[in-house]
Amino acid sequence: MLPGEPAGERFRRLGDRLDHPNGGGRRRGVRRDGGPYPGRVGDAPAPVPPATFASYYGRPILKAPVWRYDIPAYLFCGGLAAGSALLAAGADLTGHDALRRATRIVGLGALGAGTYFLINDLGRPARFHHMLRVAKPTSPMSVGTWILACFGPSAGVAAVTELAPLLPRHGVSGLLGRLVPRVGRAAGLVSAAVAPAVATYTGVLLADTAVPSWHDAYPGLPTLFAGGALVAGAGAALVTTPTGQAGPARRLAVAGAVLERLAARRISRMGLTAEPYRRGHAGRLLRAGRLLLAAGTAGALLGRRSRAVSVLSGAALLASSALVRFGVFAAGVASARDPRYTVLPQRERLARRRAEAGPPRDGAARPTP
Amino acid sequence: MVEPHTAVPVDPAARAGYLAPPPRMGFFTDTSLCIGCKACEVACKEWNLVPGSGLDLLGMSYDNTGALTANSWRHVAFVEQPRPVGWQTTAPLAGLPTGPPAAPTTAGVGGAVAPEQGTLPGVVPASDAAPAARMADGAAFPGTPGTPPSGSGDRGRRAELRWLMMSDVCKHCTEAACLDVCPTGALFRTEFGTVVVQEDICNGCGYCIPACPYGVIDQRRGDGRAWKCTLCYDRIRVGRTPACAQACPTESIQYGELDDLRRRARARVERLHADGVTEARLYGHDPNDGVGGDGAFFLLLDEPEVYGLPPDPVVTTRDLPRMWRRAAVAALAMAVATVTAFLGRAR
Ligand code: SF4
Ligand code: SF4
Repeated sequence: MLPGEPAGERFRRLGDRLDHPNGGGRRRGVRRDGGPYPGRVGDAPAPVPPATFASYYGRPILKAPVWRYDIPAYLFCGGLAAGSALLAAGADLTGHDALRRATRIVGLGALGAGTYFLINDLGRPARFHHMLRVAKPTSPMSVGTWILACFGPSAGVAAVTELAPLLPRHGVSGLLGRLVPRVGRAAGLVSAAVAPAVATYTGVLLADTAVPSWHDAYPGLPTLFAGGALVAGAGAALVTTPTGQAGPARRLAVAGAVLERLAARRISRMGLTAEPYRRGHAGRLLRAGRLLLAAGTAGALLGRRSRAVSVLSGAALLASSALVRFGVFAAGVASARDPRYTVLPQRERLARRRAEAGPPRDGAARPTP
Repeated sequence: MVEPHTAVPVDPAARAGYLAPPPRMGFFTDTSLCIGCKACEVACKEWNLVPGSGLDLLGMSYDNTGALTANSWRHVAFVEQPRPVGWQTTAPLAGLPTGPPAAPTTAGVGGAVAPEQGTLPGVVPASDAAPAARMADGAAFPGTPGTPPSGSGDRGRRAELRWLMMSDVCKHCTEAACLDVCPTGALFRTEFGTVVVQEDICNGCGYCIPACPYGVIDQRRGDGRAWKCTLCYDRIRVGRTPACAQACPTESIQYGELDDLRRRARARVERLHADGVTEARLYGHDPNDGVGGDGAFFLLLDEPEVYGLPPDPVVTTRDLPRMWRRAAVAALAMAVATVTAFLGRAR
């Protein structure tokens, strides 16, 4: 009770809600006559009647992630940085100078933004360095911290060496100027070696939770994020690099799109817990991501002579990669919020085990159906 | 009857590196004894200086706490069901004027209430009213909000009711997902085999929260850190009983050496079965279950999900080696794709 609120006010409000269970913007279908209970008023009837399950007032069993949109934003930025690092190293070794310069700088920007998102999402941002107290192989977040600790400095140094042309050409700094590209190459190769880990550990990070739609998707999530990272890196390269040097980025975009779609296929086939990836907000984000992926890949392949088409398809690929991360995130949250995704699969598992093993272990006598 | 345990129970404290740890301590919460007085909730708050979680009526029977949160380390669940208790031969309300069923409406509305308790995600409303309504379908409990006054309704449809109460708490899992995933080492295993958050280490990364298969650990708003039951680490270290168990007037909450509690629990189930309460069953007692057994386990009178417990929880880190293998394959695919993209056509 708030101070100043008359005694019994909350109780009266509860009474009001009971008298008008469907009123006041609350669109919940509860019938007083004990008849069937539709899911929500206004929703189209589900084609298959939903399997029933017992619950505690329909409230979620699990605690959904408290991560804000910083986390999917980080997933996108981390992927972009990883994809860019791979392109930059390849470009460096094959002499695509413009591609190398652009991808290194994009990578550094993405890395900076990603680090900001990661720290900003902490409940205690000033304690971010507590992550460095331990190295725990059982915690994908700890492993990720150390992966980023290798990736960040190397990608950063590689990007900074792009400033070498600004140095005066003679004297000590001229000598330095000739040394710098070698340092850049070494750092770039280190960052490229770590980049695949940067892009894929995040799949394990999400899967290693009790969130049903993430955990069950563990065979697909790392590949989905690997594909998304290549798509994002290639997309940024298409936006920033002249068409003449963007060839590898186009091919990489296609490879990334293939990986992503294969993984998405796999995830969509996992049964009940695939449902949140199709429904509601998550479903909309993922569908939009898929359309943009198709458009961007087509544009990347067909528009190889046109700078404008390249830029547009690059932007579509970037947007697609971001939408997919936000969609996967939203699907996980939705699956944790609805107890059906917790109870039904576990019930099925129990039933399977009981069928194999015979009498129950918990000692309860169950009524025979 | 309860099967004898086949596996030798692992001692999580020894596995965590303690040399000669004391016996593993835990809770056995016998819900058949719970009277729903919430003394445990209050004692816990007082001893552990847990902030208030607001005064709100949720309309979920007498449960106005809603769930375990960072600000509620014990939570007493109340379930009203349209059937008599195991050994009752006459309907509990026989001969009394009762109204038509209204409890499904009450439950549906109750499940939709979203109280602010100062925690995240805290007590989250049901996404769908139907499951909540279903749990109470067919019964009316006179006096519940939404029930017509006694005697005004259809006397033909008499309610039969049993009332389940259960004091929920962190399970102090043998294989604790929260502890496994914590990247700062804030969560640790004590010498008693319990799982505790160090408040001076936690940086609020939030990873433990979706990792817990029971939905126990939660983040305190404003404070930013994760909080949960410590099994009164400060009390048990000096040989005292945790505050909730100390306060429980019916010994529904029993504290002691886990081996001993497991023996007691088995005897209690056998006794209840002999008395005709065949629905009594243990939950979380089995070291062969998905979390290696709980340090805090329960005697329930219905399926776990009726109390808001997962029916078959599995610690997520069991699949971690397989997950890393998938990630390695995906990483390799990225490397191959990049090499191919550059080999494809030079320049
Ligand atoms: S996983 Fe959940 S129930 Fe188990 S010890 Fe951690 S917080 Fe408690
Ligand atoms: S929120 Fe705190 S206790 Fe939980 S995993 Fe992060 S650092 Fe560990």
